Amino acid sequence: MSFWSRHKIFETNSIILVLGVLIVISIGGLVEIVPLFYLKSTIEKVEGIRPYTPLELAGRNIYVREGCYNCHSQMVRPLRDEVERYGHYSLAAESMYDRPFQWGSKRTGPDLARLGNKYSDDWHRDHLKDPRAVVPGSIMPSYPWLEQNELDAKAIAQDLKVQATLGVPYSEEMLKKAESDIRTQANADDPNTTDLAQRYPNAQSRNFDGNPQKVTEADALIAYLQMLGTQVDFKLYDNKANVR
Amino acid sequence: MAQAVAPSKGMTFGEAGSALAFAGLALLSIIIAAKAYTPEYAFHAYLFAAASVAATFAIVNRYYERPVQLPPQTIAGKPNYNMGPVKFATIASVIWGIAGFTIGLLIALQLAFPALNFDTSWLSFGRMRPLHTSAVIFAFGGNVLIASSFYVVQRTCRARLVGDITPWFVVLGYNFFIVIAGTGYLLGITQGKEYAEPEWYADLWLTIVWVAYLLVFLGTVMRRKEPHIYVANWFYLAFILTIAVLHLGNNATIPVSLFSPKSYIVWSGVQDALVQWWYGHNAVGFFLTAGFLAIMYYFIPKRAERPVYSYRLSIIHFWSLIFMYIWAGPHHLHYTALPDWAQTLGMVFSIMLWMPSWGGMINGLMTLSGAWDKLRTDPVLRLMVVSVAFYGMSTFEGPLMSVKAVNSLSHYTDWTIGHVHSGALGWVAYVSFGAIYCLVPWLWNKKELYSMKAVSWHFWISTLGIVLYISSMWVAGILQGLMWRAYTGLGFLEYSFIETVEAMHPFYVIRALGGALFVAGSLIMAWNVWKTISVGQEVEEVPQATQPALIAAE
Repeated sequence: MSFWSRHKIFETNSIILVLGVLIVISIGGLVEIVPLFYLKSTIEKVEGIRPYTPLELAGRNIYVREGCYNCHSQMVRPLRDEVERYGHYSLAAESMYDRPFQWGSKRTGPDLARLGNKYSDDWHRDHLKDPRAVVPGSIMPSYPWLEQNELDAKAIAQDLKVQATLGVPYSEEMLKKAESDIRTQANADDPNTTDLAQRYPNAQSRNFDGNPQKVTEADALIAYLQMLGTQVDFKLYDNKANVR
Repeated sequence: MAQAVAPSKGMTFGEAGSALAFAGLALLSIIIAAKAYTPEYAFHAYLFAAASVAATFAIVNRYYERPVQLPPQTIAGKPNYNMGPVKFATIASVIWGIAGFTIGLLIALQLAFPALNFDTSWLSFGRMRPLHTSAVIFAFGGNVLIASSFYVVQRTCRARLVGDITPWFVVLGYNFFIVIAGTGYLLGITQGKEYAEPEWYADLWLTIVWVAYLLVFLGTVMRRKEPHIYVANWFYLAFILTIAVLHLGNNATIPVSLFSPKSYIVWSGVQDALVQWWYGHNAVGFFLTAGFLAIMYYFIPKRAERPVYSYRLSIIHFWSLIFMYIWAGPHHLHYTALPDWAQTLGMVFSIMLWMPSWGGMINGLMTLSGAWDKLRTDPVLRLMVVSVAFYGMSTFEGPLMSVKAVNSLSHYTDWTIGHVHSGALGWVAYVSFGAIYCLVPWLWNKKELYSMKAVSWHFWISTLGIVLYISSMWVAGILQGLMWRAYTGLGFLEYSFIETVEAMHPFYVIRALGGALFVAGSLIMAWNVWKTISVGQEVEEVPQATQPALIAAE
């Protein structure tokens, strides 16, 4: 009896009840989340990971805007069938610059973590415009507006700057050239493409949506999709390198 | 008492302050609208401006209309309850419920028949799905929680809600948040984090509303005339506090500019994933569980006219539930790039969580001891008891699915969707319907609901809907999981991805049928609520104010 009557302190003092709740709910979160920020093994160092180019970032923001994550994951699990279906399992480092992360929770459509370079730009353009034109059984919505809408990237330098504040290694030069980099990457003939590829190693520059008139939302989104999962060269990747 | 001078009417500090604050907000919103980077954001800024102007006007107008004295705390020794905001939130929950279920039906049909996306941006699945989840969780569920908590805290503390304008600010401000969030998704304004899609300015607004909610609730608890805080209020308090913590943690973003709707989260990659599911799972644990357990702890004993089964069990239930839930988030990230130790911790706590969950279920169900016969005669009680049974079922299924071996099959499939809906439709919605059916006659001073038969129809139609929904999703999910990992005799993957999508079609149709039945049930409820309020039989005297507070059995 006496043990139970001790609970009276919580039932008769609202502030003690509040403090009790706050302490009890804090423990689990602190134990699980805080170590992720200082344990080095959380994100192992991998060659090839770089921040998104301005065009890829703009494309990623369209991916987020359209809610692609509601049906597509970006996280290949280390299970036999997944590795065979999609490619090498995802590494923590591959999403280290992802704000927000887009690992997803549902595969109404296939995983996209290793989508880059699997299909042609034309395929992506046709597929986004009308998925059933290239995949008859698809239940994906059509996104015809993407290749019509001009990409609104006036503020992209500010986007990069916020990310730089948060620790993404965008250099002064990258910030300065953010807006022009958008146009450069969407045009294979632009004289600055090699320059861009130096700032962002392995960045692919070309007219992604096949329309030379303007840089569209489809340009940005396809640029993003075509780089997904391509940063790490798994021929060179050593999965024992970080074992301690 | 002799009074030389009649008290002169003056604005209270709250009235003047809030009118000024809203006027300021209106001005700020207009400036933002003028300089907004995108037309969508300008639209939201204008909505803020319009709402602020309306709020300023309403506050000033109310001041001129009201008597000199503010409403008294008690009338003839009985608490003078403030039920206006409760009524508003109750009606809002019925309307939002229908909206949220209908959008759910639409997106279910979109998955079966993709032409229903109409090639239109704002109607496409990716934008409608967050609209559905937010509408049912935050709009429907949130209004039920605000309505019931404001009702229960007044009744069990025998005190009027603290604040004059603040309770109204909480209710109206919260519903304005819903409008901003929902229209935002349709216009493509989203953070891209599940169940936390609203952008920074909506989050900021919700923070203000939520602090006001906490202050009103806690203030009322502090003003109580009962020595003990009733168990339902522990759960409400844990819900309000924890949601505040989760909201702040998962929405820590830096906006690109004051004039841009876009922001970037301060966490990234792995850390963002765990913060997200720490939030996401505890939105389930505290919004959809603790809050609705509070409803269980008040409305079931009240309706059954029996005390809560066990006081000790409710203490164990409360502390163990809130302690363990917070650990369970990583089970959403099994086999991902999240470190193994965190996954294992999440799994272990998810399995342990089975026990407090079932402790709560037993406490709810056994409250009917000696009153089981009422299940035959009272369809409202039947709704609530079945909701607790569904709670028991989905809190068994959850730990099962959190086991890594099971999760490797179930994750990313429709099994998860089925699991969520057995909890959301069976538990959350049913206990909410029960609470709404109880509240409406109590609030509008009616003897009983307009039609008990309609409640029975609602119950059976939507139960059939739930059964269709979850059984089709079980089959679909397990089938899809097995197809993904199927190998031929030669060691090749047997199915291409699109074959597994095509195999889902019949189950998506059955699921949509289940959803349609659930929508039909909610329409019956809306009709019944409407009829009860408009033509229901009035209670002659008002005996409820003297009802004794609920006492738990020892």
